[in-house]
Amino acid sequence: MSLNSVVITGIGIVSPLGNNYSQLFEALQASRSGVRELPALAQVGGLRSRLAATVNDVDPKQIPRKFRRSMSNMSIYAYLASQQALQMAGYPDNQLDSGDLGVFIGSTLGSTTTSENFFHDYFTDYSLERMKTGLFFQLMGHSCAANVAQSFGITGRVLSPSAACATSSQAVGYAYEQIGMGRQKAILCGGADEVHPLTVATFDIMHAASTHFNQQPSLSPRPFDRQRDGVVCGEGGGILLLESEASAKERGAEILAEVIGFSTTSDISSIASPDIDAMVKCMRLALKDAGLTAADIDYVNAHGTGTEQGDIAEAKAIQQLFADRTPVSSLKGHLGHTMAASGTIELAGCVGMLQQQQLIATRNLEQIDERCSGIDHLQQHRAQPVKTILKNNFAMGGINATIILRSYLND
Amino acid sequence: MTKEEVIELIDSSLAEEFELDRADMTPEANLYEDLGLDSLDTVDMVIVLEGAFDFKIREEEAVRAIRTLADIHNFVMHKIEQHS
Repeated sequence: MSLNSVVITGIGIVSPLGNNYSQLFEALQASRSGVRELPALAQVGGLRSRLAATVNDVDPKQIPRKFRRSMSNMSIYAYLASQQALQMAGYPDNQLDSGDLGVFIGSTLGSTTTSENFFHDYFTDYSLERMKTGLFFQLMGHSCAANVAQSFGITGRVLSPSAACATSSQAVGYAYEQIGMGRQKAILCGGADEVHPLTVATFDIMHAASTHFNQQPSLSPRPFDRQRDGVVCGEGGGILLLESEASAKERGAEILAEVIGFSTTSDISSIASPDIDAMVKCMRLALKDAGLTAADIDYVNAHGTGTEQGDIAEAKAIQQLFADRTPVSSLKGHLGHTMAASGTIELAGCVGMLQQQQLIATRNLEQIDERCSGIDHLQQHRAQPVKTILKNNFAMGGINATIILRSYLND
Repeated sequence: MTKEEVIELIDSSLAEEFELDRADMTPEANLYEDLGLDSLDTVDMVIVLEGAFDFKIREEEAVRAIRTLADIHNFVMHKIEQHS
C-alpha cells in the first residue's frame, strides 16, 4: 500500500505499432500486427526464426548530436518516448532539474549492436586505437536511463533495473514505491530495447522462438493458441510519467490512470522455466498491495509470449486466482515481445483500455490450447466497464512482476 | 596530396563525424565556441584524423594546442610534410 496516491500523467511510445500512444492504441483496436520478416536474421547461421517486430519511421536526427553520440537505438527509443511522456504530461521545463523528477529506465543489456560493431573491428588487429568516446556510453547497463537524464537535464534519482522481460514493469513498480514514499514527486519510468540477432537466438536455441510462420509473419506469435510456436522478438521504448496525485493536481495535469499495486518476486524453481505457484504468489502480493481481491479485477493483461511453457503456466496461474470470471488477453500477438519495453508498452495499451472502456483481444488466438483453458480468453475485442487491470510480466531469470492499474476520474 | 586536397579531406571528415555545416567551417572558426565541439569530440577528432591520414597523433603535444580549424589544417600539413 502506497502512502501517496500515484498516477500516470504522461505516456510515450516507440513501438512496432506506431510511435506514439494514440497510434499504438489505434493499431491495437484495428488488430494490426507489428511483426515482419527481418532479412538480417537469414544471414545468421543456425538461426531458424526469421521474424521480428521492429520499430519504423524514427528519425534519430531530431535528437541533438551532443546527446545522440552516446546513444544506440535503445536510448534513442527511450529519449523519444520520454519526450512524448513529458509533453503529454505538460511537465514544466523549469522543473526538470528541480530534483523532484527521477528517471527509472532499464534495458535487457547494453547495446548488443554497438558491442558487435566494436568487437568486429577490434578483432581485426586487437587495437583500441579506433575506439571512440561514445562506445562505453552505449554499452553500459544504464545507458537508456543516463542518456535520458543527461538529455533532458533531469537531476533526481536514476535507476536502471535490468530484469529481461520484467524490466519496465519493475521500473514502474519501483517508481510507484518511491513516489508513494515521497522520495520523488515524479519519475519517468519504463524500458527500451533494440532487436539484434542474438536476442532472437537466445530464444531460438531454447526452442522458444517462433519458426513455423517465417512466410506469414502476421500469424505469429500466437499466445495461448494451439498452433503457437514461440516468441517473436521485438523492440521499442515505453515510458510512463508517474507522479504523485498531489503533484499532478497542483499542476492541473490530466490524470490518465492510477497505479495502485505492485509486486515483484523471484521464482527460484528454474532460471528459464516458470513456476505456476510463483506466478500466483506474485499476483496475490500485488492484489494485497492494492488492497483488492481477485474479484475486484476487471481484466488481466497477461505476459503471454506464445511459448508453450510460459503460456500454460500463466494460464493455470490466472485460472487459480480468477477462474473464468475475468477476461484475459495478451498484446504480444500484435506487438511481438518488445523485451524490456514490453511492460510499459503493454501498460500503455491497458491505459487505453481504461480510457476507451474496451478490452483488446489476443491477436492470433484462434483455437485455445486445452492446456490454457479454464480462463476467459478474449478472442474478440469486448466493450465493457473496466475499472481495474492486473498486468503481468514474467521474465527469464525467474523475475516476476505484477502491476495493478485503476481508472481515474478527473474533476 | 595538394594543400587544397588535405584541407578538403579534413573538413569533409570532420563535417561528417560532427554533422557540421560546411558554411560554418571557416579557417578561423573556433572548434569549441563556433563549431560546438567539446572535450569528448576532441578525442574522437584525433581518431577521425588518424583514420583519414593514416598517421598517429594522439600523443603529440601540438594536438592539445589546437583551437581553430586553421590550426588543424596547419597541424596536418606539417605532419604530412614531416613524413614526406
